[in-house]
Amino acid sequence: MSAWQPVIGLEIHVQLQTCSKLFSGASTAYGAEPNTQTSFVDAALPGTLPVPNAEAIRMAARFGLAVGAEVAAESIFARKNYFYPDSPKGYQISQYEQPIVSGGSVLARLDDGREIRVQLTRAHLEEDAGKSLHDAFHAASGIDLNRAGTPLIEVVSEPVLHSSAEAVAYMKAVHRLVRWLGICDGNLQEGSFRCDANVSVHQPGTPLGTRCEIKNVNSFRFVEKAIDYEIERQIRALENGERIVQETRLYDAAANKTRTMRSKEDAEDYRYFPDPDLPPIRISPAEFEALRAALPELPDARRARYLDALGLTPYDADKLTEDRAISDYFEAVLASTPGQPKLVANWINGELAAALNEAQADIGASRIGAADLAGLLARIVDGSISGKIAKDVFAAMWAREGSADAIIDARGLRQISDSGAIGSMLDALLAQFPEQVAKYRAGDAKLFQFLVGQAMKATRGQANPAQVNALLRERLDASR
Amino acid sequence: MSALTLASLRAAGQNSPEPVERALAAAQAVAPLNALISLDAEGARRCTAATDAPLSGVPFVHKDLFCTRGLRTTCGSKMLADFVPPYDATIVERLAKAGAVTIGKANMDEFAMGSSNENSAFGPVCNPWDTTRVPGGSSGGSAALVAANVVAFATGSDTGGSVRQPAAFCGITGFKPTYGRVSRYGMVAYASSLDQAGVLARSAADCAEVLQVMAGHDPRDATSVERPVDDYRAALELGVRGLRIGVARPLFGAGVRDAMQATVHAALRELEAAGAVLVDVDLPSLPLSIPAYYVIAPAEASSNLSRYDGVRYGHRAENAKGLRDLYGRSRAEGFGTEVKRRILTGTYVLSSGYYDAYYRRAQQVRRLIADDFARAFAGVDLIAGPTTPDVAFRLGEKTADPLAMYAADINTVAVNLAGLPAISLPAGFIDGLPAGLQLIGRAFDEARLFAAGHALQSRSDWHLQLAPGAVR
Repeated sequence: MSAWQPVIGLEIHVQLQTCSKLFSGASTAYGAEPNTQTSFVDAALPGTLPVPNAEAIRMAARFGLAVGAEVAAESIFARKNYFYPDSPKGYQISQYEQPIVSGGSVLARLDDGREIRVQLTRAHLEEDAGKSLHDAFHAASGIDLNRAGTPLIEVVSEPVLHSSAEAVAYMKAVHRLVRWLGICDGNLQEGSFRCDANVSVHQPGTPLGTRCEIKNVNSFRFVEKAIDYEIERQIRALENGERIVQETRLYDAAANKTRTMRSKEDAEDYRYFPDPDLPPIRISPAEFEALRAALPELPDARRARYLDALGLTPYDADKLTEDRAISDYFEAVLASTPGQPKLVANWINGELAAALNEAQADIGASRIGAADLAGLLARIVDGSISGKIAKDVFAAMWAREGSADAIIDARGLRQISDSGAIGSMLDALLAQFPEQVAKYRAGDAKLFQFLVGQAMKATRGQANPAQVNALLRERLDASR
Repeated sequence: MSALTLASLRAAGQNSPEPVERALAAAQAVAPLNALISLDAEGARRCTAATDAPLSGVPFVHKDLFCTRGLRTTCGSKMLADFVPPYDATIVERLAKAGAVTIGKANMDEFAMGSSNENSAFGPVCNPWDTTRVPGGSSGGSAALVAANVVAFATGSDTGGSVRQPAAFCGITGFKPTYGRVSRYGMVAYASSLDQAGVLARSAADCAEVLQVMAGHDPRDATSVERPVDDYRAALELGVRGLRIGVARPLFGAGVRDAMQATVHAALRELEAAGAVLVDVDLPSLPLSIPAYYVIAPAEASSNLSRYDGVRYGHRAENAKGLRDLYGRSRAEGFGTEVKRRILTGTYVLSSGYYDAYYRRAQQVRRLIADDFARAFAGVDLIAGPTTPDVAFRLGEKTADPLAMYAADINTVAVNLAGLPAISLPAGFIDGLPAGLQLIGRAFDEARLFAAGHALQSRSDWHLQLAPGAVR
């Protein structure tokens, strides 16, 4: 029997970071008291009408441009009709026949460094549903409509992923991109970024297998585990001669299992049709121009530039393009530290990353701003301090003791680069350690390092190490 | 007392409480017509408007599908029998700001679905010209109250003729604006792509004054149009000299009673005498408008009415066993027969496997109809025909045959499918019952309809005739 190949497509729900809802002026802030962010429109009072949020439309278009998709000059809102208490109108406003974004692709990089380009089918705008609260009341369910009407784009991939690792790498690439574009906060716990996975298995060369949809998985790890479980379940079933039934399944994280939610027979006929309350979404050529012009340099392009033009290692380039704020920080420091990309990268990915990690802060909350770090690195570059001293200065800066220069001056840390001063210090040192000097001259090369160490100690680390080396060698070798 | 108009009210003395008190008393006097669902005497008496407001102190009624804050808005349905909106519809706000005083909410076919006002959970309305006959629908209560001289004007909504047909049946003037001219915010939706708020009044001049207040862009309705509103009062004086009026043969087609044809032709000759030029035009796709309308309107309605689920407001079945049972029983109990028929029809035509054959096809027909009008308007300024094939029918006459009821909408629904403005003008009487002339205009050419309507009414007095059941 030949090997089974999993075939996976993802539908990622990306909540757009607008202030107000897709069709009403109510706030989209997370975590408010139930139904306090629910307007008459959100509660679907008779007579109310939806009015589209232009910012949400721009965000969806920005996503489309960023993934190289076709962004429609005219797209249509459609009604998806179904009855459920968290859908107060009895339909969800979504897009069906003419979505705002068609095609495009996302480059995903796996942990082993392998890259896959994932084709997108489409991305469409839609409103989120409210929430049913089943545990809050005795013998009744509560409905919270705060989330109802929150704008989303649903990003639908082609079924081109073949493992949970590929699926997660793709999901992370989309996650990075939407945060990079500033259209989603990317918060998986709060449901700002959620995923449905369509999974089937087949043997290569044969038609695709029947797929099951796993609903609403809200962490990268659970997506991986849910897909792995589902692949195994389907292979096991097929090898036992069973058939896969097309159905929607839920992932139970506690049990690490997927289970049937509803079968295809129970599937609703959503009776999509264009929403007559909403004229087509039109984007003018001028608006396209403005959207394109406002598009930031994207992470893939930036990473390539870091590798090719700046000569950074793949590790540094990856780290510095994971998050736009970190990347922009790097750009800002580099702008003030020209020609030193490696030095800047080392400091951001090293000391700064460690300090942020320890403080559990993100770059926006860094105690050392980009200009401050550049001020520190400038003293390394001009030889005022050594890299080792710089780490102490960094720690002092983190402790808010002041700027790099202020700390260096206050502590007298400026490196001694005066060859006269270093020379006389060395002369004194050689006089102090005649026995070691003699041994060195007799051929014990190790003692050179001893003498360097003593020289650094005598200057509290402030002597320029390269000069110490040169001048010491000059003295020892000349008088041999 | 003669026919109540804005002018007669003003002549009687502006800003005195009399018009409101008189209207309240008149409403009581014609209570047997069953034209009001709610009377709001207290609210009406509380109203104090600035004297310089354009409709200051003028009593009127709203069709009971415009949301009125604090005053129940039933849509003629048991489903919303106790629904008190927490907000005002845009046109409710605009009319209040203009000084008009709401004395109550008019009876209507349930959710505006019907042509006779017999589909109301609050009972049928009688026609003041003959109380054994229907006033038309769905704005039957509004039309009856104007015809009965209770108010000088009433609001209505027109999805397939619901302003024009009852205006014709009740011998008054009814105006349906271009789709997008008047905000739909707060007007409970029946078929969103066809619904448009309108006015019922004695005269074209009064309709013009009221529409002037109602019309205009509303940021709360994405389908309302950002386009300046013409000066309708100024338009009244434009006259019809040289105006080309297309006499649309299909509007006088099979099913239109001979006497109706003759009556409407006679009215058109008055316009001709006033200087208009009558030319023949064709609207070849017009016969397709009934099937197209009765696919599109129910499709939209089936979705629009999904929100009435017994969960947040409206009728809720008691002792429901679970969610599905709550939905099923609340809707089964809350909706009437015609509403259910249209929800079922609409659900069917949108269903997977039927969508292309019905809904998509109907949209194609809709385009053909719009193209017909566009072609016709290349050669004429207005298009004319009878508003209805016949005069008001008897209560109960068509209730057993919904298709016959639908077929009688033949002359009005095409206008909604094309989104055009139209006016129904009193055009004479057949066996003592009013007949209506319908004039249809180009999109946003409301002004010319008012000009033509006013020209006709300057040389005729059909619109001033009082029904036997009117308050004098």
